[in-house]
Amino acid sequence: MIRPLKTAIGVLLTAVMLFPVYWMINVSFTRDTDMRASPPHLFPVHGTLEGYRAVLDQQLPYLGTSLIVGLGTVLLTVALSAPAGYSLAKLRPRGGGVLSFVLLIAQMIPGIIMAMGFYATYLKLGVLNSTAGLILADSTIAVPFGVLIFTAFMSGIPGELLAAAVVDGAGPLRTFWSVVLPVSRNAVVTVSLFAFLWAWSDFVFATTLDGGGAHQPITLGIYHYIGNNNQQWNAIMATAVIASIPATLLLIVAQRYVAAGVTAGAVKD
Amino acid sequence: MTVTHDVPARSEVASAAPERAPARRNRQLAAWAFLAPIVVYLFAFYAYPLYRNLDLSLRNYTVRSFVRGDAPFSGLANYTKVFHDPTFGPALLHTVVFTGVSLVFQFSIGMALAVFFAQSFRLSATLRALFLVPWLLPLIVSASTWSWLLNSDSGVVNAALHAAGVEPVNWLTSPQWALTSVIIANIWIGIPFNLVVLYSGLRAVPAEIYEAAALDGATGWATFRRITFPLLRPVSAITLLLGLVYTLKVFDIIWIMTKGGPTDASTTFATWSYRLSFGNLLPAFGPGAAVGNLLIIMALIFGLLYIRIQRRQQP
Repeated sequence: MIRPLKTAIGVLLTAVMLFPVYWMINVSFTRDTDMRASPPHLFPVHGTLEGYRAVLDQQLPYLGTSLIVGLGTVLLTVALSAPAGYSLAKLRPRGGGVLSFVLLIAQMIPGIIMAMGFYATYLKLGVLNSTAGLILADSTIAVPFGVLIFTAFMSGIPGELLAAAVVDGAGPLRTFWSVVLPVSRNAVVTVSLFAFLWAWSDFVFATTLDGGGAHQPITLGIYHYIGNNNQQWNAIMATAVIASIPATLLLIVAQRYVAAGVTAGAVKD
Repeated sequence: MTVTHDVPARSEVASAAPERAPARRNRQLAAWAFLAPIVVYLFAFYAYPLYRNLDLSLRNYTVRSFVRGDAPFSGLANYTKVFHDPTFGPALLHTVVFTGVSLVFQFSIGMALAVFFAQSFRLSATLRALFLVPWLLPLIVSASTWSWLLNSDSGVVNAALHAAGVEPVNWLTSPQWALTSVIIANIWIGIPFNLVVLYSGLRAVPAEIYEAAALDGATGWATFRRITFPLLRPVSAITLLLGLVYTLKVFDIIWIMTKGGPTDASTTFATWSYRLSFGNLLPAFGPGAAVGNLLIIMALIFGLLYIRIQRRQQP
């Protein structure tokens, strides 16, 4: 096969794969009156921004909550998993193998089951429908992954670098803070990106733990939209487009980190 | 990659050898001090919710006793109830079909795309990155987009079928098609993961092997069947098992698109468990937790298999 032909086939395959995404954007610009047109318009010929206007009117608080939940989850995840990764990679704790094993297993527990346990606990403690509670729950999606990434990355830091820090009189804490963490920037970025994306996208914890809250994330904003006004699909799809912005930014800004994150855990280096 | 810390780097062994006992004890202390937060966290936010879930499944809860926490112990009554529920059979079947069919298509399409993109041509890297989009989108976004694509009256899929002279299909509202619809959406979401992992597996195959095969006259399909596929077997096993664990617990897509309906037609263990606990006016926390625990057991069986295979592949 000649190369331009391969490129053409590649473009075609990508177009087919991304058609639903295109359709989401197309519908977000479609007028209410054209929504039920038969056959549907393939392009938003009479494009409208009413969908986006509805988002600005109604969905901004949801987006704000999601942003806070996402950032909170990132902080919590990195704070918990970076020290753990350092210890497992470099300090050879007795019983570290067991801990890694537990973390691998933890990753496989279905979210709804965690949600049920959290619900029972939160109800008792009275922290249902709180942003902090949602951050805690969302962090469970990312923490095991975070430890995995940090352990793998920090294992690659040369022992000489750490030995030099010790010679200079640095204790473990100082070594971690001033030597290990700065050289692990890529791992911090990868873990943060995924923690944010997962918290931003979470629906299971949001619907079980924050379903009646005053501050709800954007996933619930969309969900209520679908339930309430079945007709306004341009507004629903406009919200969906806006909710997809973090994922898109991630792909543009940090493509190589994304690919690394997907393959981590599945394929050895 | 996951257990690399068990093998200390050479320089560390050298420096650790002359260590005295107190130094070693200090080191262990420091190591566990760094692990302390995560250990506490694991107990509080993994072990405890799981314990609560187990407890829920072994007691006879009502809304009142759920709040007060004084439900009587009922042994395995919730499990017996779940086993004899008319939903049990369909839910099990749908879970198996949903997982199996999703995996077969995700994996084979992902493999075909990986082989295609492993060739060098212009834009290959960019297009491959674009393929990640479905995997990165929030599930609620993908699920609601697919709901509209598959809408009976105004969906573009039915419009395309109409143009091809095929009768419209009630994708989400008819019992025969609801499960198929959610499987289609799930396959779409899962292809990128398979593509990326299998692609990185393909890159690890040395080019000389292909060159040797080409010299021996192997082409196209023969190369794939006799060389690529056998060499990718370890990566394939891991991709499939990980996919299995992830697909078993899929909840969002099904719940958002069909709520498991119409009448159980697309109910899996994941959606059934949720519906029992949260989907009705009168929540059945006990049976809901019981179904959830059955799901955990299924996930763990395949999860342990995955860990076993992955460890065996470590050098």
